[in-house]
Amino acid sequence: MDDSVIQLNNVTKKYGGFKAVNQLSLTINKGEIFGLLGPNGAGKSTTILMLMGLTEPSEGRVQVCGINSTTHPIEVKRKVGYLPEDVGFYDDWSGLDNLIYTARLNGLNPQDAKKKANDLMERVGLSTQKDKKTGKYSKGMRQRLGLADVLIKNPEVIILDEPTTGIDPKGVQELLSLIVELRNEHNITVLFSSHNLHQVQQVCDRVGIFVEGKLLAEGKIEELSKKLFTHGMYLIELGLDTDHKKVPDKEVLQSLLEPLDGIQSVKKEQEHFAIECSSDLSSGIAQAVMNADYKLNYLNKKEYGLDAIYNRYFEGGLSHV
Amino acid sequence: MYKSQTVSNPFWIMVGKEISDTVRSWKFLIMVGLVLLTCLGSLYTSLSDFTEAIKGASADEDFFFLKLFTHSDGSMPSYIVFVSFLGPLLGISMGFDSVNSEQNKGTLSRVLAQPIYRDYILNTKFTASLIVLSSLFLALSFLVLGFGLIFLGIPPTADEFLRIFIFSIVSIVYVAFWLNLSILFSVKFRQTATSALAGISIWLFFTIFYNIIVNLIAKGLAPVRFVSENQVVKFQGFIQNLMRFNPGQLFNDATTTLLRPSIRSLGPLTTEQTIGAIPNPLPLGQSLMLVWPQVTALIGGTILFFAIAYTLFMRREIRSR
Repeated sequence: MDDSVIQLNNVTKKYGGFKAVNQLSLTINKGEIFGLLGPNGAGKSTTILMLMGLTEPSEGRVQVCGINSTTHPIEVKRKVGYLPEDVGFYDDWSGLDNLIYTARLNGLNPQDAKKKANDLMERVGLSTQKDKKTGKYSKGMRQRLGLADVLIKNPEVIILDEPTTGIDPKGVQELLSLIVELRNEHNITVLFSSHNLHQVQQVCDRVGIFVEGKLLAEGKIEELSKKLFTHGMYLIELGLDTDHKKVPDKEVLQSLLEPLDGIQSVKKEQEHFAIECSSDLSSGIAQAVMNADYKLNYLNKKEYGLDAIYNRYFEGGLSHV
Repeated sequence: MYKSQTVSNPFWIMVGKEISDTVRSWKFLIMVGLVLLTCLGSLYTSLSDFTEAIKGASADEDFFFLKLFTHSDGSMPSYIVFVSFLGPLLGISMGFDSVNSEQNKGTLSRVLAQPIYRDYILNTKFTASLIVLSSLFLALSFLVLGFGLIFLGIPPTADEFLRIFIFSIVSIVYVAFWLNLSILFSVKFRQTATSALAGISIWLFFTIFYNIIVNLIAKGLAPVRFVSENQVVKFQGFIQNLMRFNPGQLFNDATTTLLRPSIRSLGPLTTEQTIGAIPNPLPLGQSLMLVWPQVTALIGGTILFFAIAYTLFMRREIRSR
């Protein structure tokens, strides 16, 4: 507990009657990469704004590095680098000038600011483009410049709000590995918000899943997947030949498959059945169906990807907790 | 040592940035071009029949240099008319996109993630614009003075110089009034077009429609022909006070009094009051006393708009875009 860097205690943010963030409590420790995972509109950005003191919580307390963000935002901003979603730069200025400006707002003198900006441009791989106007930067370049902009104040914490949206896969990889490198070198705490599970899974030590203003689950990725995997690991799509024999009802099929161990649910979709099971039962299902004199048209086995689990988790909403 | 300290204060860094952005922006260059042209035009018209203007028939005509600002041969309005007309436009053009364009570009949340006070955004924008405006108006006035010196061949008296200087200050206050109004709109409205239109429509309302409305009221309320002098004076005073809700009227009152020393009162004077008065120009101190309420009202309005913009902005939530 001693090295907790970000602390949220029962934080609620209301917009009129709507609760964007609902009774959120969260602790992030020093040197951790924490992934805040949730669909759009889940309240991730609102949480981040409260951390930066850019909006006030309706209830609860927000602390960063032991400082209350709501009452002392300036001290927090000295220690925290924040990369907003879709970061903006002064388009008429070169990337380097944008960085120098930020550096100077953080109290660096002109010489140091310039040196530091040059170093960071090198670091994020923009040294050849540093004199180009940011208006002409690509999305990926802007995002890398944004990271440099965040790092120029030597932050203890960096908060990245959806930093990978709109960047190509290669750019995403580079950005993510840069984040990990930075953490390893300077022991920076990182809060990474995203709706992309794969990216979060790649870099984050701990993940919080955030839906409708509530933290549904929180923990290490492996723990979370275990938790998630309790509900169906395989999805088998079963298509039957309609010419041969009338397709059975859901209940009929369910009773057919009764003897098989591990069937969790059977659903009838338009042209096929979707069967969820905890282990690979495709051969058993095929056997059972054939025994009942149905002709098998196709059998499609889907192992749940993390994305699918993630989707399911959100579809299920609060009921899964 | 002292210098390096002031330079590294984020406030002045931001002011510097705003000034350089302003003077390089197209809208400002266009406005300055317009103002310069009208200034030259009105200077030309006042000089073209200057001999007519300075025959020495009335008390005002001893003030040659003030004539440069107020006289016109009829083909084009005089300098003060131009300033009262273009000043608001200049103010609106400098302020209408000051906050919302930063918000739309996404730079606002990035700058506010730096350790600076939030009111720096508004304060620096206002300070920077005020510095630019002051330089512009003082330069213009001194240019006119300089031309006058060349054409007339006599130096201005200290009194004239002071009057022109104070006139420039009043012009700056007047433009600052409109500047703050448009900054307020730029805080209030998300779209730059909306805030520009809001500013321009208020300006148009006061330059065109307000007088018409007051005239209508005056016609409706006008006393019958045979009433006491007292009532007529009261009625006149009432209509004039109505007119004074128009900032342009305040500015005109203030500047004409400053530049026409023979003006003794801005309200109606009865014959009793004028009996025995020597048609002499007022000393500068008296002219100043006469315009004090007008100038105070303009400054008051400026501060009022600034305060509203400030309260709107300070506790607002800053989203990235």
